[in-house]
Amino acid sequence: MLKPSAIITLLVSISLAVGGVWIIYNINLLPEAASSNAPVYDELFRVLFVIGVILFVGMFAAVVYSLIEFRRRPGDQEDGLPVKENLPLEIFWTAVPAIVVLFVGLYSYDIYDRMGGMQPLDHQNHGYSVSSSEEKVWGGIGTSSNNSNMDLQMQSLPVEVTAMQFAFLFRYPKGDFISGELHVPVGQTISMRMESNDVIHAFWVPEFRIKQDVIPGQPTILNFTPTKPGRFPIICAELCGPYHGGMRSTVVVEEPEIYQDWFNKNSNTIVS
Amino acid sequence: MTITIPPKSNKESEGLQPKGFLRYFSFSLDHKVIGIQYLVCGFLFYLVGGALASAIRIELTSPISDFMPRDVYNQVLTLHGTIMIFLWIVPVVNGAFGNYLIPFYVGARDMAFPRLNAVAFWLIPPAGLMLISSYFINGAAQSGWTAYPPLSITTPAAGQIIWILSVLLLGGSSIFGGINFIATILKLRRPGLKLMQLPMYCWAMLGTSILVVLSTPVLAGTLILLSFDIVAHTGFFNPTLGGNVIVYQHLFWFYSHPAVYIMVLPAFGLVSEILPIHSRKPLFGYTTMVYSIMAIVFLGLIVWAHHMFTSGTPPWMRLFFTIATSFIAVPTGIKFFNWVATLWGGKISLNSAILFSCGFIVNFVLGGITGVALAQVPFDIHVHDTYFVVAHFHYIVYGGSVFVIFSSIYHWYPKFTGRMLNEKIGRIHFILTFVGFNLCFAPQHWLGMNGMPRRVAEYDPQFTFVNQLSSFGALLMALSTLPFLWNVIHSSFKGEIAGENPWQALTPEWLTSSPPPVENWLGEAPLVTDPYGYGKKQLQEQFNDLESEKQ
Amino acid sequence: MTTITPIDQSPKEQEVQHDLHADHRLFGLVAFLIADGMTFAGFFAAYLTFKAVNPLLPDAIYELELPLPTLNTILLLVSSATFHRAGQALNKSDSKSCQKWLLITASLGLAFLASQMVEYFTLPFGLTDNLYASTFYALTGFHGLHVTLGAFMILIVWWQSRQPGGRITSQNKFPLEAAELYWHFVDGIWVILFIILYLV
Repeated sequence: MLKPSAIITLLVSISLAVGGVWIIYNINLLPEAASSNAPVYDELFRVLFVIGVILFVGMFAAVVYSLIEFRRRPGDQEDGLPVKENLPLEIFWTAVPAIVVLFVGLYSYDIYDRMGGMQPLDHQNHGYSVSSSEEKVWGGIGTSSNNSNMDLQMQSLPVEVTAMQFAFLFRYPKGDFISGELHVPVGQTISMRMESNDVIHAFWVPEFRIKQDVIPGQPTILNFTPTKPGRFPIICAELCGPYHGGMRSTVVVEEPEIYQDWFNKNSNTIVS
Repeated sequence: MTITIPPKSNKESEGLQPKGFLRYFSFSLDHKVIGIQYLVCGFLFYLVGGALASAIRIELTSPISDFMPRDVYNQVLTLHGTIMIFLWIVPVVNGAFGNYLIPFYVGARDMAFPRLNAVAFWLIPPAGLMLISSYFINGAAQSGWTAYPPLSITTPAAGQIIWILSVLLLGGSSIFGGINFIATILKLRRPGLKLMQLPMYCWAMLGTSILVVLSTPVLAGTLILLSFDIVAHTGFFNPTLGGNVIVYQHLFWFYSHPAVYIMVLPAFGLVSEILPIHSRKPLFGYTTMVYSIMAIVFLGLIVWAHHMFTSGTPPWMRLFFTIATSFIAVPTGIKFFNWVATLWGGKISLNSAILFSCGFIVNFVLGGITGVALAQVPFDIHVHDTYFVVAHFHYIVYGGSVFVIFSSIYHWYPKFTGRMLNEKIGRIHFILTFVGFNLCFAPQHWLGMNGMPRRVAEYDPQFTFVNQLSSFGALLMALSTLPFLWNVIHSSFKGEIAGENPWQALTPEWLTSSPPPVENWLGEAPLVTDPYGYGKKQLQEQFNDLESEKQ
Repeated sequence: MTTITPIDQSPKEQEVQHDLHADHRLFGLVAFLIADGMTFAGFFAAYLTFKAVNPLLPDAIYELELPLPTLNTILLLVSSATFHRAGQALNKSDSKSCQKWLLITASLGLAFLASQMVEYFTLPFGLTDNLYASTFYALTGFHGLHVTLGAFMILIVWWQSRQPGGRITSQNKFPLEAAELYWHFVDGIWVILFIILYLV
């Protein structure tokens, strides 16, 4: 028998590395799910993860098995079998990935639709002070079709987000005040209109599984519904200058009554 | 029309060309010298880029920005990306191995345009030195290798302009190289050699060169517009002057997504050469391999906007680019299954070359899987511009292309120098690289999913341990360079003499002395119609056995 | 090894293969022009997207004066034809006529540049006035650069063909053919540019 020291080292190192990944994944795969989008996202993630693990482990095993089983024994000067092609096999491994990929594509489209990504971004329904009715709004996520309750959508809370180097400002048009932290009531759909003052930034709340670039000169729309009270980080995810790493804020999800208190305290208009 | 051109244009100035070691510093027209020039020059830049990567990983061992000033950190990450892409991987997988191998594979004595070839190489060192020197002049570019406006317009102009100039030079070099490869592969084939008899690397280089010729000029045009914005204060991409920042992203990614294939398709080709030789089996599924390369070239040109799912893109565009991107997995998958089938049932010599090639397969499969995941809009929205993406593309370009570069160096070093590399040290190099690489980048998937954006110098303290783990992996990767360097330098003096064909390979570069003569072959160029014809003897023996049984 | 068969050619043919190597420079030029065309394609795409997406300020100029650009188009199209005549003359080894047509082509190109300059100086907007103006100058300027280069190439070819025992003969047509191909390419780009920029 060949002393397969190299194989053993290879195997051990690979399994260590893969094992490490495995453990890391199992301790905490994704952050807390705190918006109505998050469970939908996590469902997609699990599907992709399972498909990915099967594929990766399969390919990995096939390579390692080949290296061990078909290694050259000492003294063996022969060639391998001159197998050049196998049409049925090749058709099989063309068709199966094509079907899997098609499934994944359609499935993720469905997920995206459920998140509200395919909804028309009709921002004028959300009570913004729109500067011109011809204004083009680019991209973002519309109101989630999860909320079939039209009343709830109509009542979505408008917030105007301004990003600048290196901070986010949140303006509440209904109360006509500006806050450095985003306060939102739990269970309420928030509809944000975002624009940047200088360079491109991105609004990202990992616990909500949403991200949208905040672009100068082009407003973008982002809708979400928080489902859990708590304080979650808002992170800028687009390189925006030296202090990019420090450009953070907090979204505070509160019970509606606490939110209302906060709102009334800050509001500059008399709420009827 | 045929006119008289000497087969080896450097004959005419033979007296002027320096001999021996010095020729690597000359304007040599020999494709083999140019190939080595690309390789060594690229490797030197790799060391610079690696040092920058180490600086980034040192900064990230602590959650606060304490190792270097914040603007320097941004310069470092910009230089790291630009150097690794434009000065290491693209020149080496295309220029170095392409120039050295393609003339052999097509049975020619040089490239189609030797002079253009030398010009293409000699654009690289000044461009690279200019890029690096910008750091010492007034600070290098700070806007990442993507140079998204308006950030690239508002950061200090000097560094950004130097960055644009050097990328333009490197793009020009790449285009000249691409034209040369297309002409060499299509026009310079030895009489009697058909396209479908070429080694797979030729097909990979043909596909790559098509991508280079079609997409690089768009980047050049875009960067020219960007430089106008910086210097002449036009407003193409400046929103305060009515410009549109998204148009830049579309144009940029029209080049920079194909750039990924410019970096990995040649690697696919090189692996297709290495695997059959060391497993003594024909390359499995040659025809489907060729078609899948061309499918990747076509699809690679129409998927760029998947880098912009969180920018302002309309929903229909997101849907189209999701589906198109996902389908790249099909031809890519075919290639991976074919490689495993090539290994299957072979007689595999477990040397450093095959270890690095198999490391490539494993790493790239993981990178491909995360790539398909990233193509899905809803998935991408969460992890876009995070460390998940950083992990993904390092699995593609480092775990993919760089592993193949090392594999190729172990495989072709005997041909380049006439001496073998030390196998033991090669294996140590592989283990250090493989473990270090996975330790460095696998945890970054988790970091990205849990809230660490890319290109930051400071982060949430909860990520400290995983970042330190990743930095430790980076340390192993840095250390892995040492045995490799020692091996390459020591073996060039003391290595075992390789002889003409140490691997008993059938491809034409092995059918001549090591290193090859200036004219590639002393006699006629051999006509190799079946570069993967391993195992013919076995087939013959089986047939004989069958015959004798019948009698 | 059965896969390596010695070349099945007569010694004379082998000699030919060794010392002659077909001229692939035109093929290379075509590949380069495709690359160059992609640069223009990028500019065109940027221009069309800007026009479709970015609302122009009210004072931005939409309508351009047509007579001068139309004259330019005619100048370039005629120059393509005259260059073709020069090539035909060279094929017939009529170098006098070839030189004449080359000179006419070059002067048509220079006339185009002059007329372009006149247009630049009479236009009511400058480079940095607005997005449309910038794109207009970038596109026409980049094309003008190509025309300038082409005019120089034609003059060099003309100069070379005048030398006694010159470098450009019916045996060595490459410089002229390359310049001609390039010139036709530049003309073609102008036609697209004219349609997109002035007519649409």
